[in-house]
Amino acid sequence: MGDEKVVQVKSEYDIVVARSVVRAIAKDMGFGLVDQTRIATAVSELARNIVMHAGEGVILVREILKGETWGIEILAIDNGPGISDIKLALSDGYSTKGSLGVGLGGAKRLMDEFEMESAPGQGTTIRVRKWLPK
Amino acid sequence: MKEIDYEQIPILKIGDFLVTSIQIPLHDKLAVKFQQDLLQKIEKTKAKGLIVDITAIDVVDSFITRILVEIAKMAGLMGVKTVLVGLRPEIAITLVEFGMELGGIKTALDLESALSLLRRCVDEADGSDG
Repeated sequence: MGDEKVVQVKSEYDIVVARSVVRAIAKDMGFGLVDQTRIATAVSELARNIVMHAGEGVILVREILKGETWGIEILAIDNGPGISDIKLALSDGYSTKGSLGVGLGGAKRLMDEFEMESAPGQGTTIRVRKWLPK
Repeated sequence: MKEIDYEQIPILKIGDFLVTSIQIPLHDKLAVKFQQDLLQKIEKTKAKGLIVDITAIDVVDSFITRILVEIAKMAGLMGVKTVLVGLRPEIAITLVEFGMELGGIKTALDLESALSLLRRCVDEADGSDG
C-alpha cells in the first residue's frame, strides 16, 4: 500500500495515459484481463468526463485494503463547473456535450463501487473501486 | 511544429472491399480525419464493403463506440456495408455490461468470415437489383 499514482488530465491524449497507468497497476495487483478491461474502460470515461466538462483535472490511483480484500481505488477530481443533478448525470441517454450519454452510468456498472460528489461551481470528485476476487 | 502526420491509419483495398485496422489510440482529431479519409477512399475506389479491424484496440469506451457507429452510418449512406472484426472477448463482455450499443454494425470473428459475409451481402444486393 501507500503506492499512489497521479495522472494530470489536461487533454485527450492524457485519457490514454490515464487508462494505461491504471491498467498497469491493476495488472500488477493480479486483476484478470476482463477486470483490467472493465477498469481501464471506466477510467477512460472518468478522464473523458474531466476533459469535456472541466477542461483539466487529475486521476489518482491507489491500492486499498478492506479486511483481507485488496482493491483498486481511482479518484477523478476536477475543479470544473460541477454537476447539479448527479442522478440525472448518471442516467443513460443523458449528455450535455453531444457524446453518447452513457459514459458515467456505464463506468458505474463496470466497477464495484461508485461515489460522486459535486455541486455547481465546486468541481466534481468521482471515486470508483474494484475489489480483487479471492 | 506540424502535428501528427505520421499518425495515419492505412486503408487497403482488396477486390470490391476496403480493409482498415485501427492500431493507434484514436483521439478526436484523428478520428475525424480517419472518417474523412475512409469516405474519400470509398468514393475513389467505388468500394462496396468496408472491414474495420479493432484487434489492437484494448479499450472500447463510449467515444470509440460513437466513432465506429458513425463510420458505419456514413459508409452506409454511401451504399457501403461495414463489418467490424477483432472484437476480443474481454471487450465484448465490457461492452455488454457497460450498456453500449454498436448500432447494428455487423461483426465477424476474423477477416475471412468478414470477407465472406460482405460477399454474401453484395451478392444479395446485386441479385435484388437485377
